[in-house]
Amino acid sequence: MYDLKALYEAESVEHAIRLRLEHPEAQIIAGGSDVLVQMREGKRAGKELISIYGIDAMRGVTIDEDENIRIGSLTSFSHITRDPIIQKYINVLGEAVDMVGGPQIRNIGTIGGNTCNGVTSADSASTLHAWEAIVELTGKNGVRRLPIGDFYIRAGQVDIRAEEGEIQTAILIPKASYENTFGYYIKYAMRNAMDIATLGCSVNVRLSPDKKTVARARIAYGVAGPVPMRAQSAEAVANGAEIGKEMIDRFGLAVLNDINPRDSWRASKAFRQHIAVEMAKRCLFESIKRAGGEI
Amino acid sequence: MAQYKLIHCTINGKEVEKMVDVRASLTDLLRNDFHLTSVKKGCEVGECGACNVLIDGEAFNSCIYLAAWADGKHIRTLESLTGPGGEISDIQQAFMEETAIQCGFCTPGFIMTAVEILETKKLYTRDELRKLLSGHLCRCTGYENILNAVEKTMKRRLGVPVE
Repeated sequence: MYDLKALYEAESVEHAIRLRLEHPEAQIIAGGSDVLVQMREGKRAGKELISIYGIDAMRGVTIDEDENIRIGSLTSFSHITRDPIIQKYINVLGEAVDMVGGPQIRNIGTIGGNTCNGVTSADSASTLHAWEAIVELTGKNGVRRLPIGDFYIRAGQVDIRAEEGEIQTAILIPKASYENTFGYYIKYAMRNAMDIATLGCSVNVRLSPDKKTVARARIAYGVAGPVPMRAQSAEAVANGAEIGKEMIDRFGLAVLNDINPRDSWRASKAFRQHIAVEMAKRCLFESIKRAGGEI
Repeated sequence: MAQYKLIHCTINGKEVEKMVDVRASLTDLLRNDFHLTSVKKGCEVGECGACNVLIDGEAFNSCIYLAAWADGKHIRTLESLTGPGGEISDIQQAFMEETAIQCGFCTPGFIMTAVEILETKKLYTRDELRKLLSGHLCRCTGYENILNAVEKTMKRRLGVPVE
């Protein structure tokens, strides 16, 4: 038995918004692999829950009328990994979420929950930052869309306006972001499964038509600061640069200007900085190779 | 004040209707109301896999799944593998042959994930199987025999020679 005060089950997005306005103190629960565990630990004990898990309209991956990839917020990690649209256009996201927890967690865990909990170590978050994802929130005043970088406010807190009844309904990847772009993700953790990232790094590139220079590079980290973050000075090094080992080395070192990891019981700041450089280089190397470039 | 919800679902192929306490986990429901004690209470926070069951064909840790969510779902536990005359299934037989069991606590969870894997009818490599089974803890066997049992059953079902 869970120590929960009441359970309100939303049948549709409109219903969820209504429930949220009626019960401002209630916690939203999607797959529950964070919320229920925290409840078990006593952190959220005695709370009311609004379950959105039953809203099937919020599941699945589609291409919308503006050619954005639209990922319903309740789409589970395993369904993202297996989805043909994801595999075709943004395979790295499927690979990244395939490193979350273990298989059963990937069947219950949702991309919406992974981002709404505002945790820096979320395996989806660095890739979504690196691909400039757009977060779609639906509330009583309609739909609000904002860049994922603005969605994260601080550790554990994201920009969802509970007073407007908002819930996250989708994550969008714009065509300008995914077109002709190839990426790679590395999760550094102590174990191969059932572990939280010590550091996560996601890189993607678009190459020039002759595949000799990097037209656009993007890199983002999880656990390199209180929230997932881009490493913009590293991007500046790679953008427009000729492909080569020397450029990759400079790209790696430049991330130290951007990231701000901390000492924690998982790893020291110095260690995280050390692996951040190496992971950036390896991710860029693999991304270039996937894009058809030669190094 | 206690809150209840009437749910309809199928459990091991049988349609059932039950009034559930909304505070209950699916583990609570299966064990307490249906006496399906193959569903073990282990860590109860989704780490050990001992409570794993299949819901609409996918493996879930029932300890972090609300009983109220079972409404409309098809749930299968280890008990569903029993044949009409009480026979055990090929995957259970393989666990015995390969000594993939010692204390037995993790076994039902492992076997239900194995069922999910086997039902994809794909031939996986050893490394892929290792990853697919990584959501379960076993403190007795050291995992090798469990991998042997799943690999052997997968190959037998696909008609691939077993070394």
